[in-house]
Amino acid sequence: MASEAVYSHRDPMLKKRDDFEDILEERRNSSDLRYALKCYTPVLYKGLTPCKVSELKQMVLQSDQLGYVITQVSKEKGMTTDEVTGDAAAILEEMAQRLQLSTVRFFAFTLSKVFKTLFRSICVNEEGLQRLQQAIHNHPVVLLPSHRSYMDFLLMSYILYTYDLALPVIAAGMDFMGMKVVGEMLRMSGAFFIRRSFGGDKLYWAVFSEYVKIMLKNGYAPVEFFLEGTRSRTAKSLTPKLGLLNIVMDPFLKGEVFDISLVPVSISYERTLEEALYARELLGVPKPKESTSGLFKARKILSEDYGSIHVYFGQPVSVRSLAESRVNRSQFNLIPRHIPTRPSEEILSFVNDSAYRLVRAQEENMVLKPWVLLAFVLLQKQAAEDKQGTALDEFTEQAVWLRDLSRHYGAFLHWPDHIPPSEVVSSSLSLHRGLVRISEGRVQLALEQVGGQQVPGETRSAITPEEELLNQAVVILSCVSYRNQALNVFIRPALLASAIHTAASNRKQEIYNGFSFLRNMFSNEFILCPGATVQDFEEACYLLVKTGALQINQQEVLITERGHRTLAFLTSVLDPFLQGYQVVCRFLCEEDCLTEKQFIPAVRKFIIKHLLTGRLRYIEVLSSDLQKNALAALIRLGAVQKIKGGEEQGTLKLNKVMLNSLEDTLGGKLPTQKSVVAHL
Amino acid sequence: MCHTFPALTSDRSSRICSLLYKHGSSMASNSSGSDSSDRQRIAQQRLSVIAGHLQRPVEGNSGILAAECKAQGDKLDVSSERRTVPRRRQEIMKWNGWGYSDSKFLYNKKGQAEFTGKRYRLSGMIIPGLREWMESTFGANLQHKTPAAPILNSSAVQPPTLNEAFLKELKSTGIPFSHDAEDRVFRSHGHCLHEIFALREGKIGRVPDLVVWPNCHNDVVKIVELACKHNVCLMPYGGGTSVSSALECPPEETRSIVSLDTSQMNRILWIDEKNLTAHVEAGIVGQDLERLLNESGYCTGHEPDSMEFSSLGGWVATRASGMKKNIYGNIEDLVVHIKMVTPQGVIEKSCQGPRMSTGPDVHHFIMGSEGTLGVVTEVTMKIRPMPEYQKYGSVVFPNFEMGVACLREVARQRCAPASIRLMDNEQFKFGHALKPQVSSIFTSFLDGLKKFYITKFKGFDPNRLCVATLLFEGDREKVLQHEKQVYDIAAKFGGLAAGEDNGQRGYMLTFVIAYLRVVLGFKYTLVLDICRNVKARIVRECKDKGVQFPPLSTCRVTQTYDAGACVYFYFAFNYRGLSDPVHVYEQVEHAAREEILANGGSLSHHHGVGKLRKEWMRETISSVGMGMLRSVKDYVDPNNIFGNRNLL
Repeated sequence: MASEAVYSHRDPMLKKRDDFEDILEERRNSSDLRYALKCYTPVLYKGLTPCKVSELKQMVLQSDQLGYVITQVSKEKGMTTDEVTGDAAAILEEMAQRLQLSTVRFFAFTLSKVFKTLFRSICVNEEGLQRLQQAIHNHPVVLLPSHRSYMDFLLMSYILYTYDLALPVIAAGMDFMGMKVVGEMLRMSGAFFIRRSFGGDKLYWAVFSEYVKIMLKNGYAPVEFFLEGTRSRTAKSLTPKLGLLNIVMDPFLKGEVFDISLVPVSISYERTLEEALYARELLGVPKPKESTSGLFKARKILSEDYGSIHVYFGQPVSVRSLAESRVNRSQFNLIPRHIPTRPSEEILSFVNDSAYRLVRAQEENMVLKPWVLLAFVLLQKQAAEDKQGTALDEFTEQAVWLRDLSRHYGAFLHWPDHIPPSEVVSSSLSLHRGLVRISEGRVQLALEQVGGQQVPGETRSAITPEEELLNQAVVILSCVSYRNQALNVFIRPALLASAIHTAASNRKQEIYNGFSFLRNMFSNEFILCPGATVQDFEEACYLLVKTGALQINQQEVLITERGHRTLAFLTSVLDPFLQGYQVVCRFLCEEDCLTEKQFIPAVRKFIIKHLLTGRLRYIEVLSSDLQKNALAALIRLGAVQKIKGGEEQGTLKLNKVMLNSLEDTLGGKLPTQKSVVAHL
Repeated sequence: MCHTFPALTSDRSSRICSLLYKHGSSMASNSSGSDSSDRQRIAQQRLSVIAGHLQRPVEGNSGILAAECKAQGDKLDVSSERRTVPRRRQEIMKWNGWGYSDSKFLYNKKGQAEFTGKRYRLSGMIIPGLREWMESTFGANLQHKTPAAPILNSSAVQPPTLNEAFLKELKSTGIPFSHDAEDRVFRSHGHCLHEIFALREGKIGRVPDLVVWPNCHNDVVKIVELACKHNVCLMPYGGGTSVSSALECPPEETRSIVSLDTSQMNRILWIDEKNLTAHVEAGIVGQDLERLLNESGYCTGHEPDSMEFSSLGGWVATRASGMKKNIYGNIEDLVVHIKMVTPQGVIEKSCQGPRMSTGPDVHHFIMGSEGTLGVVTEVTMKIRPMPEYQKYGSVVFPNFEMGVACLREVARQRCAPASIRLMDNEQFKFGHALKPQVSSIFTSFLDGLKKFYITKFKGFDPNRLCVATLLFEGDREKVLQHEKQVYDIAAKFGGLAAGEDNGQRGYMLTFVIAYLRVVLGFKYTLVLDICRNVKARIVRECKDKGVQFPPLSTCRVTQTYDAGACVYFYFAFNYRGLSDPVHVYEQVEHAAREEILANGGSLSHHHGVGKLRKEWMRETISSVGMGMLRSVKDYVDPNNIFGNRNLL
């Protein structure tokens, strides 16, 4: 069953995964033009009655659902229904895609050229595509790719075109619309545009959800959107957004279709195009507004070797089997379908759990390159203030050790076993030569070097220590974004290791309490399914026992002789986050009055000060992502309260006592059962 | 080609009109003013008139004596022998399958399918398309037959647990009874697939220990009194057509189980032509009731698909629905008055007024009680003059969606004909396969031409089109007018009139289809989605359970209402290679039913709950609703004398 495939963690080593096929290889050997003009006859949904884009719009405007909301809105606003219908039509016009095969062919041609210069290979699991084809034939399909780069959806459509599969319609953020020509071209290759926020706009919501549902129900095309909502700048999966998932599950829950297949897709880049861009953004240089010229410039600068891309089409997940024995569907029959209703608590929690499952499925099928593991080693060495760097053979040994560990934990590691490890390491290092420096057989992060490049023409003495720190941070955060790709592999064992580390005794219960506290604390940071603390704890114990690092009996948890290295490594995985959250707590304790807007700049200043005085080791704490997550966690736990409305709108009300004790607990100074846990 | 029914001749109608009606008030029926002898006299008079209509030898007089009941009179047997159901049912009916012994599907020597007997329009005909359809639809094959146990092996039946004291007193009343194994086994089951399968394999579980045949209401009163006195379990038995396991004896029942067979209570006690009501004993089966009423120019119009065998009491006890409910109503609309014998005594209303505002209607505790509260003995039903004119019809739609939209529109305009049914594509093909061998080249040429016209000229996809069958009834002129109205609506939804013959065959199919074990139906509001989802669920479940060939999974919309419709689902699969086909069937059926409930369907439109669907009752009617029903049962039958354990 599909649901098991998503959830099983029993022995990750045994997980069967498909082989990859490089699609660029054929492109290098045959005509791109012929490829772009090839005969394209995809398998379609069996229940499909083909219709034109304009008919689709008519169906939306004439639907009972939209009709109901139009009447409602016209009453509320005192407008005629014709006026409101006009508004709805305008919204739809702004939103709707205009999928055109000719544009797709144009993209197929240009992207072939671009991909061939940028990437060594684009590897795809063909079995996954076969499964997808089957799924498209049988049920309406929703494609859920991970989102790490602008490339993602172009790449998805490109692959589907290559394999003669139905092209998806893609939910894209409105910001693309800013790019005039490209925006329209994307529209013609299947993108539809949605506003980033439309909280209170009933009409917009109705048009949007009806549009998506009608395309999905009729099997017009697979619907594609990003569960994470936006590109992850840190390469960690983001907490899933539920809005669209809710919409696409609705037709099943209301019995309008027999089933819907959700297909998680994992896209991993050996080198992300936006690498340094993301790092700057996280450090507070605002994200450049998407513009056509900007994209071309980016393309020019980045015309170098970006290694390979791996795209894994996961096992389709049937919404029916997800809902089985969880959702009582008959509840939807007591209200006519066309009346919009707020989903009940039960449904929300079902959708939320499903979303987490799907994101985990994405994570598990994400191919990891050797470089990801090297990033772990490099960052840990850097944090240990190892100025000389590491000797290459020692570095290789550590990488190999980590390779074996991550494989035991079920990582989908793409480490070529037929090549000697030293070569694997050196070729990975050379691909990322912007981030590392090898001199005299020793490896380390290229901190100063990059600093020099960043401000050409100026002498080094002109750089303030703060600027130097920020320059180093760009390199570190770039490196962190690679390390983060594998965090999901280690996170549960790492939480356990940290809990063991801080616990005063070996008692299993106490360690569990610590684990539960940390897990709760970091649930905005990592993908940890809500309410699955016990399962996560068991999974972590299982992995550590299996690899011989721990012995666990009824009462106690014992570290074995050979387990120390593993546990030391795992603790150091979580350490930057622990310290980061502590610093945020400290900062908030020292503040008196703060608004939400002031928070990031102020906490950044505070952290820079601490870094410069050497009281804080981890430069990566400068990441605004971590700071935001920490604040969100503190708000969730009630240590900080956000005031809504009134004059003090957006002011943060701080519970100093709780912040203090949270900081101490994170630092291991307070046992977890006391005070804080009581608050939680 | 018009199949008109014998119109009322003028002389007959005048005879009816001349019938005396005493009460001046046009209100309800019998007012309390008349004394009993008076009433009896009128009844006698009326009955002799009826007897005249029946055109039987004079001796029939004794058979339909109104006020009194002859408990052990041989004379009564004379009259009931002319009826369809004898005491020993096994003489004319299959003991291990549906219907008459002489009517069945079989492959003849040439390997062609044939329907035997003389009873149906299809009887004795060769059906050339059936075999191919069976083979192509679900791989059913001549070479793979499962022979049934041919005759009942009496030694397989447990010896009866008899309550001697009860038996002794029963004997003294003179009410006929039997503890013969065949009689008992015959009354131990309905027509659920698992029940029939077990019989065919010769597996017999708990069966009633005794069968009694009361002849009238008073007999029933005596039996119930004795049962209460001696703590015996009573299970009322009418037509035996249950498809809800309602007749299964609870295996945990340790008391002696007595099956109370109502089949001998089968008289029409009186007909009130002024008020258009008939008072009938509840054991009468549908075809007899209709035939007898027809003889006096009336009908009830209640025609459930099982009407050949099902009984009036059974209809009341399960809230039955008839095919022509659009004109005549369902059983709850037809019933005016009910008499039921319960352990607490007899329940009946004091008048036969058409409507009462006297708190919740106690009839609604009786209708649908499924034999858990008592035995329905006599019912006053509405009757109608027989329709002057009857016409079948059919419409072909390009697809099921259009067909449903048309039915919706017909219901919206409240112009539904007596019956309107929509078969999906699979069922249309099945109906086609059941077409008997055509006699002339001309007919087959015509058929080919029709097919060409619809598929090639009109562009209908033969794998998507579906057919609605229609039945109009009433004045000739009105029928024709009505017909035009309905065909006009159909045309708006792309429907093409496809002739009377197709329509008639559609209805005949209803009766014959029961011989080819396919089962069950329910209802809806979201017809299209529910049909697709349930059919898909059936196909998926069959696949999951290891059924080798794709199952037949089909549906039809059989009734339309203002606010919804009734949908029948049929499924059948080839069970070759399955070790426990009945279990697979039950699992699939269970899944299908869950799917129906999840999609907003009701638990049962008219078959009742029985024991088969009990598990969903609480979620269907809520805990409070269950409590309400429970408390009625606890008051009426505290010792669970009516212990068939249906419903609750």
